[in-house]
Amino acid sequence: MIEERFDAIVVGAGMAGNAAALTLAQRGLKVLQLERGEYSGSKNVQGAILYADMLEKLIPDFREDAPLERHLVEQRFWMMDDRAHVGLHYRSDDFNEEKPNRYTIIRAQFDKWFSSKVREAGATVLCETTVTELARDAYGKVIGVRTDRHGGEVHADVVVLAEGVNGLLGTRAGLRDRPKPDNVALAVKEMHFLPRETIEARFNLKGDEGTVIEAAGTISRGMTGMGFIYANKECVSLGIGCLVADFEKTGETPYGLLERFKQHPSVAPLIEGSEVKEYSAHLIPEGGYKAIPQLYGEGWVVVGDAAQLNNAIHREGSNLAMTSGRLAAEAIFQVKSRRDPMTADNLSLYKKMLDDSFVIKDMKKYKDMPALMHIQSQNFFLTYPQLVSKAMQNFVRVDGTPKMDKEKSMLRSFVKARSWTGLFGDAFRLARAWR
Amino acid sequence: MSEPTKAPAAAGRASTKKELPEHFKAYKHVWVFIEQERGQVHPVSWELMGAGRVLADKLKVDLAAVVIGPEGEATRHAAAEAFCYGADLTYVVADNLLADYRNESYTKALTDVVNTYQPEILLLGATTLGRDLAGSVATTLLTGLTADCTALDVDTDGSLAATRPTFGGSLMCTIYTLNYRPQMATVRPRVMVMPDRVERPIGRIVTHPLGLVEDDIVTKVLSFLPDRDSAKSNLAYADVVVAGGLGLGSPENFQLVRQLATVLGADYGCSRPLVQKGWVPSDRQIGQTGKTIRPKLYIAAGISGAIQHRVGVEGADLIVAINTDRNAPIFDFAHVGIVTDAIRLLPALTEAFRARLSPHSRDRIAS
Amino acid sequence: MHIVVCIKQVPDSAQIRVHPVTNTIMRQGVPTIINPYDLFALEAALALRDKHGGEVTVLTMGPPSAEDSLRKALTYGADRAVLLTDRFFAGADTLATTYALATALRKIGETYGPADIVFTGKQTIDGDTAQVGPGIAKRLGMLQLTYVAKIGALDLAAGTVEVERRSEGGVQMLRTKLPCLITMLEATNEIRRGAMVDALRAARAAIVKWSAQDAGVEDIAKCGLRGSPTIVKKVFAPPPRAEKAFMIEFGSEPPADALIAELFKRQPKLEADLVALARGF
Ligand SMILES: Cc1cc2nc3c(=O)[nH]c(=O)nc-3n(C[C@H](O)[C@H](O)[C@H](O)COP(=O)(O)OP(=O)(O)OC[C@H]3O[C@@H](n4cnc5c(N)ncnc54)[C@H](O)[C@@H]3O)c2cc1C
Ligand SMILES: Cc1cc2nc3c(=O)[nH]c(=O)nc-3n(C[C@H](O)[C@H](O)[C@H](O)COP(=O)(O)OP(=O)(O)OC[C@H]3O[C@@H](n4cnc5c(N)ncnc54)[C@H](O)[C@@H]3O)c2cc1C
Ligand SMILES: Nc1ncnc2c1ncn2[C@@H]1O[C@H](COP(=O)(O)O)[C@@H](O)[C@H]1O
Repeated sequence: MIEERFDAIVVGAGMAGNAAALTLAQRGLKVLQLERGEYSGSKNVQGAILYADMLEKLIPDFREDAPLERHLVEQRFWMMDDRAHVGLHYRSDDFNEEKPNRYTIIRAQFDKWFSSKVREAGATVLCETTVTELARDAYGKVIGVRTDRHGGEVHADVVVLAEGVNGLLGTRAGLRDRPKPDNVALAVKEMHFLPRETIEARFNLKGDEGTVIEAAGTISRGMTGMGFIYANKECVSLGIGCLVADFEKTGETPYGLLERFKQHPSVAPLIEGSEVKEYSAHLIPEGGYKAIPQLYGEGWVVVGDAAQLNNAIHREGSNLAMTSGRLAAEAIFQVKSRRDPMTADNLSLYKKMLDDSFVIKDMKKYKDMPALMHIQSQNFFLTYPQLVSKAMQNFVRVDGTPKMDKEKSMLRSFVKARSWTGLFGDAFRLARAWR
Repeated sequence: MSEPTKAPAAAGRASTKKELPEHFKAYKHVWVFIEQERGQVHPVSWELMGAGRVLADKLKVDLAAVVIGPEGEATRHAAAEAFCYGADLTYVVADNLLADYRNESYTKALTDVVNTYQPEILLLGATTLGRDLAGSVATTLLTGLTADCTALDVDTDGSLAATRPTFGGSLMCTIYTLNYRPQMATVRPRVMVMPDRVERPIGRIVTHPLGLVEDDIVTKVLSFLPDRDSAKSNLAYADVVVAGGLGLGSPENFQLVRQLATVLGADYGCSRPLVQKGWVPSDRQIGQTGKTIRPKLYIAAGISGAIQHRVGVEGADLIVAINTDRNAPIFDFAHVGIVTDAIRLLPALTEAFRARLSPHSRDRIAS
Repeated sequence: MHIVVCIKQVPDSAQIRVHPVTNTIMRQGVPTIINPYDLFALEAALALRDKHGGEVTVLTMGPPSAEDSLRKALTYGADRAVLLTDRFFAGADTLATTYALATALRKIGETYGPADIVFTGKQTIDGDTAQVGPGIAKRLGMLQLTYVAKIGALDLAAGTVEVERRSEGGVQMLRTKLPCLITMLEATNEIRRGAMVDALRAARAAIVKWSAQDAGVEDIAKCGLRGSPTIVKKVFAPPPRAEKAFMIEFGSEPPADALIAELFKRQPKLEADLVALARGF
């Protein structure tokens, strides 16, 4: 047991943990951050897109030395069936701005850099140290953590749980339930290495321009899920994720999906001849607003994925993680500077701040989305993509059929597959959920 | 050797031009250090004589052997043998203080001969002895030393071009010691082909004194425990080698490899992970950081054929790969490949071979 | 007792990628590790310290990022870390490396007390020469014990140490005088897991950083690329073998006989050889 006391212990050095530890240290608190990975980021899997705005709030001049891959000038949405994709591309030179808004990053490198900033700010960062359980006093108040190192119990006024989506620590301690299978997606990802020039040619990029492809459709075999392709400097991150519950139901394997995704005629040419490094699998919380657990308690707060803060629709997680981490730290700092104890009551300030932030607002906005997508997955991820693809083909093929008939037959095929009521219903629900 | 990453930087710099200082111009001839421990010449020395002969002929200079050891028959015999492996002359430092290898005495012996007779190229085996000695000698002479070479050649300008794997075998690089002499290199056993021994009369022998008394040598040899032959693996020199990799899945399954090896009268080896897992002792590891082998037949079961493994086995006459993955890299350099479960094939293979060979096998004759 | 352990931060070779076109190393995302062989040296040093008291200093020459490896060494329990870093050291071959390290070791001696034992690993996985150890020893006039499998009696009063040294044909039992340099054989021990106190200390420890000048380098020309007698002229990927393997196809049964037939067809002499082997000749 370590004699020395800390103001706060942060469990985890991901986006949320780093944001929290950094802010706490910047405010002059005595912080200990514990990370089980070999270094911050070593265990972290992400697409990954970085949202500048949230990071700017923490490190205004991050662009100077952060390991950024490419800034995004283009976003592509693909609706895929087995042989085709119908795409919506948005590309604008406005994104070639002086302070771009979104970047692709490689988490392992980015987190390392982020962690160095946390150190510089004065926090004590310990890697290869796993927190095994929370230390509590006689009344059940959290007073610190126990780790897998010899003599590894450390005490602090408050523990910030930033342990990621699995959140074993919190669930074991009974602070929240294990995420339910229909609240988490399992994503598998591969890094495909290619010469820089090749990537730029294939994705039609120059310099540090980047692009993102997000794909839905039959690639997820009718399950609720999405594929993604991110262009980095010298590699392409490519992956696909679906709800764990769906995997259980369909018996599909994540790797099987990824293989098929890679072989899709629209995808294969992009990664042809690449050298695959790093196959990784990771969970993404997708339960949305309704799945958010208790966020604070006696001597603890939970942030980031561990708190299920993730916007599945916009594939945003790291920025919610960063923001929740920052706000938790702000709250702790305020309580501390009032010389108040870290009780549940006082820490509820964190929840208030979060509610007023975009984090909870956005998650409320889409609160019905996950459920809808899930129930209607057959239609959204199988039926519609096929129909739309057929329709498009029908539309562009020139075969002497009068255009009038073409449109009719298109419409018919939709109705046949999904009945008027069904179609309207879906459209209606979708609109509602989006609103 | 230079850090290969800096290689591109190095190229094209002034330092890469050949401007041999005057006092080095006198350095001539190719030397091979003949390694003998406890009266045994290490075969790598003869392999190096083969490589040295080629270099010497290209340079139109002599090939000399350097024999260091105790006074008496063993050393005399080693010196005589050197001629049968192509030496034009042999330098001998014979002194009873050299009975056991010790860095201090051997370093002095070799550096003295080099300083006196000035070779342009000096080759040693990359054995525990050779590496221990080469490092000290090169530093004493303040010259360049290229370790673990896989190929030696002379460039148009007559300098030694030494090629070696780097970054754990992911890359090869060719290294020069342009402006220092001698140009030193070590080569691992079995990398070079063993030349044929040709009966030849003893030629010119130049003896050189050690010039040490026991008290000058600080390190004392308390005792020497030779490896028990049973335990000792003779992998590097085995005619047939059967090896297993992670694909076998368990230490138990590795027995299948040993069984096949027994039937074939072969030696057995493995890939690195099995050593790291403690399934197999480290002297059985084949590859970049293990043994280099040159058998007539090499059977690899459940080995993917990573480059670091490949560099250790490419010298084999016939490479057979058993792997469930049709795309495993090992099929890129194997001669014969089978896509199947080694755990099923190995026993079948063992039986099939036993059936073919048993009429001849010892136990059969005995009975 | 003062022990210095030389460690090197190396790219994890297993994960090194070669640019398919330019044949240069693609560093992006290649993690660095402490040279695995050096961990055996470090553990041996820590064990000696625990037994005989004293301090362990870790030394590395490398880029500023090598600090990570030093901090890790501290986490294992080393007492002090020195980072020798300077652009003048870039591109050093073993001779130039030993010059820089030997100079730094002298400086360490002056600053923190002379080393009784200097440890190095058997070899690195990037340089992979096993020369730096012997080179340092020669430059410092230390006795050298390479490929040490076991460290036996250490008598500080008498200033002697006994070791088991692996040699080609067996194991040498050697006794020599301190100070000496030991290069540790692999798989001779297992690096410990640092306790929480060590980890905490390591996380905050200040790493001593020396430039060439700080370390007392007199002759810059002896350092880095300039100080290197060897020159890498060419770096290339190993050439692929021309023809692919001949694949034996088969039905349900393992194709043992088919295989053997194929082998003997390709190597007519092989059968005779195998028979000879089977006879035990
Ligand atoms: C494939 C994929 C693609 C994604 N793409 C995007 C994207 O494009 N944009 C985006 O914004 N978000 C994306 N996300 C989501 C984003 O990655 C996460 O929301 C974000 O990383 C959450 O950060 P975190 O700190 O909460 O959790 P993590 O980043 O998972 O960090 C948790 C850390 O805690 C450590 N830890 C866990 N338990 C312990 C313990 N007991 N002791 C010590 N340490 C522990 C872990 O090692 C880990 O380092 C993606 C996620 C995935 C899986
Ligand atoms: C610096 C450095 C030095 C190294 N030195 C060496 C060295 O000297 N020697 C060495 O070997 N490695 C060395 N390595 C490690 C090397 O990079 C590879 O990791 C290692 O060779 C892989 O061993 P493997 O083929 O047994 O295992 P894997 O690469 O995991 O291959 C297992 C193979 O077995 C196949 N398989 C699975 N099941 C079966 C089955 N039932 N039947 C048949 N096949 C099956 C799989 O398809 C796969 O191809 C070194 C690495 C580094 C970084
Ligand atoms: N740059 C370096 N800094 C510190 N120690 C080193 C360095 N390079 C090599 N060494 C040590 O020398 C040993 C042998 O290295 P090498 O000669 O490159 O195989 C290594 O195991 C290290 O202990």
